[in-house]
This record gives sequence, structure tokens and C-alpha cells, in this order.
Amino acid sequence: MITGSTIIFYLLASLTLTCGFLSVTTRQIFRAAIYLLFSLIGIAGLYFWLQYEFIAAVQVVVYVGGIVVLIIFSIFLTQQAGEKLAKQKPGRKIFSALAVFCGFALTMIQVYQHTFYETSETPLPTTVFNIGKKMMNVNEEGYALPFEVISMLLLAAMIGCIVIALRSKPETK
Amino acid sequence: MMEPGLYHLLFISAALFFIGVYGFLTRRNLITMLMSIELILNSVNLNFIAFNKYLWPGKMDGLFFTLFIIAIAAAEAAVAIAIIINLYRSHQSIDVENAEELKY
Repeated sequence: MITGSTIIFYLLASLTLTCGFLSVTTRQIFRAAIYLLFSLIGIAGLYFWLQYEFIAAVQVVVYVGGIVVLIIFSIFLTQQAGEKLAKQKPGRKIFSALAVFCGFALTMIQVYQHTFYETSETPLPTTVFNIGKKMMNVNEEGYALPFEVISMLLLAAMIGCIVIALRSKPETK
Repeated sequence: MMEPGLYHLLFISAALFFIGVYGFLTRRNLITMLMSIELILNSVNLNFIAFNKYLWPGKMDGLFFTLFIIAIAAAEAAVAIAIIINLYRSHQSIDVENAEELKY
């Protein structure tokens, strides 16, 4: 029985995997960034399909709206227009493909041999209310401490970026 | 076609992870290597969400791990791009083969 939900799942999965593959194989760097964008949108769609709407929204805002735009800006700053990436040695390509295929096969064999036991607990609806209540909770089940640690990390990263990007003054002045 | 479940999501996540690893091994340009890392991080996120949805629906641990990984990935991308642009300023190239001053 093929339902609409199943068809949507397979469409999103193929979008994600096809665009991801094209993103690492195309020789034009700008196209790679655009394929990466669609791959990330496909993953956001999968989160929507799983009914984790908050994570999907965060994915779209942070990855599609933030990181991909950052990557595109850095491509414009560092790359000459219309220039293709250098061709790779076929030996390295073959070796990488072989290693990746072996790793993938090994992982999938392990996954399919393992039986996952589903718990019968009642699902907690992943509404923003529940997420916020858990994130700001300082009790045992809360995530207030990692939240604070992440905020410190973001502050440190911001200061680090500014320090790295500062143009050092020429010494002969 | 089968009804999609946990194994399908694990398949997608593993495939995406190894696509990212392939890109990381074959690319020699720092920005494209960063893109491969983003793919790898996304596959990890998808894994966390799939386990949370199908195995522990009463808890939210996977969801919070995903949130924190997204935040760390954003910080990592920002720092990496600052380093890449600085490297381009001093070397006029962002190829990893040309950035070997710290090698020896």
C-alpha cells in the first residue's frame, strides 16, 4: 500500500542523497554550494516528515540561511569566476570510492543485523512549549547547563573570528 | 516500496555520511572540504532524530543533541571560513596542498 506520506519520504530521501552526491562530485564550486543547499533543504523536509517541526525550522534558519550563505560569500571572496576545480588523480578517486563503499557496506550490515527494541512509552509531543520547558530546566531532566556552555562557545567563536579576521598592522610604520 | 521506518532513515544517514567522507577524501579545496564536513554533521543529526523518534519517543535527548550540534556546526563554519579567508589573503590560494607551512 503506497500512501502519500511514503512517496514524500522517498522523494525527500532521493533529493537529499542526489544533491549531496552532486555536491561532492561537481567541479564547479558554486554549483557545489547550491547542491549542498538543496541537500540541506531535503534534510529539513525529512525533519518535517518526522514531525520535528522545530528542528526543521532551526535547520532551515541556521544551515540554509546562515552557513550556506556564509559559504557562498567566501566562494565569492576567494574564487575566480568561472574557474573549475582542478581534476583529481584517478588513483585517489578510486581509492576513496573503494574505502567509502567498504565503510558503507560494513555499517549497513551491522545495522541490519542489529535488532532495535522500540519502547512502549507514550510519545512526548515535540512542541515548542515542551522543548522550551526542558531546555530551561535546571533539574535533572533539564538542559540548562549545556545551553549555557553552548552560549559560551558561540561567544568564544565570535571573538575568535574577529581576532583571526583582524588585519595585523604593518610593522614598518 | 516499503513503509519507511527507522532502517530507512539509518540508510539515508549512513549514505550521506559516506558521501561526505568521499568528498573529504577527494577534494583539495578548503571550502569544498568544509561542505563535506557539513554533510557529515547533518547525517549525524538525522541519526539522532531518527533514534529519538523511533526508539525513545518519550524523551527528547536526541532532539537536544541535534540542537546543540547545529549550534556547534554554525560556530565551526564561522571560524573555519575566517581561517580560510585569512589563508587566502596570505597565500592567494585555498588549496590544501599549498598550505603546508605548519607541516614540518
